[in-house]
Amino acid sequence: MMTQGIPLYYFLIISTLMFFIGVFGFLTRRNLITMLMSIELVLNSVNINFVAFNSYLVPHRMQGQFFSLIVIAVAAAEAAVAIAIIINIYRNFRSIETDKVNEMKY
Amino acid sequence: MNNELMFFMLSAVILVFSVLTVTTRKILRAAVYLLFVLVATAGLYFQLNYNFLAAVQLTVYAGGIVVLIIFSILLTSHISESAPMASVARTALAALAAVAGAVLTLITVMQFSFQPAGLPPVGSDVKNVGRALVSYGIDGYALPFEAISILLLAAMIGAIVVARKESFNQSSK
Repeated sequence: MMTQGIPLYYFLIISTLMFFIGVFGFLTRRNLITMLMSIELVLNSVNINFVAFNSYLVPHRMQGQFFSLIVIAVAAAEAAVAIAIIINIYRNFRSIETDKVNEMKY
Repeated sequence: MNNELMFFMLSAVILVFSVLTVTTRKILRAAVYLLFVLVATAGLYFQLNYNFLAAVQLTVYAGGIVVLIIFSILLTSHISESAPMASVARTALAALAAVAGAVLTLITVMQFSFQPAGLPPVGSDVKNVGRALVSYGIDGYALPFEAISILLLAAMIGAIVVARKESFNQSSK
């Protein structure tokens, strides 16, 4: 299970560590934009997993590659909508700290 | 040997800058560190011979999303402003949860023995990708392609509607 001398497990270790670094950031950050960046880290680590599995286990198909493409597109859409919401929140509350944004009705 | 050296360099960049992204107090620096992580990930894709995917990663992720994030940072906070840190108890609990999850996942992954299919690989050049994107059947991806187009349209309209200033209300009242 080695193409180009790198075992599949190395990719899985990298993506696992990156995923949980993203989870840690999501739990500790108190700013909406930095929370969004943590989510991007998580999505990116999942992409690495898809691509590594596709390349090592089922190289005769293209599922992993297309799943990664779809995830990238979803991440782009998610970032656009999230930033629209964040800018709207900033307009109403003058802050994007999660501690200060605690009313549903402004 | 060269491949391995390159892989270890890219993974070191990914891990170091991931940690910096979630721990630095300056928001703008966090965005730049995120950019480094995404570019290094594109390097990993290049190593696996997924050239189209790596190009998409560079243009959409590193070029699009990071620029969008930097724009919103500049719109919503001052550059000199530094993000407040979470309380020590919260940081400790989050670190505990992350480390426990990582250890559990790594133990499970390392114990599993993956069985490669061992079939000849299909080329992942742009020609094959484009053909698969518009065909249907066992190796066609026309349905996800259409679904993602509708999602992008909906996200575009939604973002415009949400972020727009509500000035038409005053004129209609």
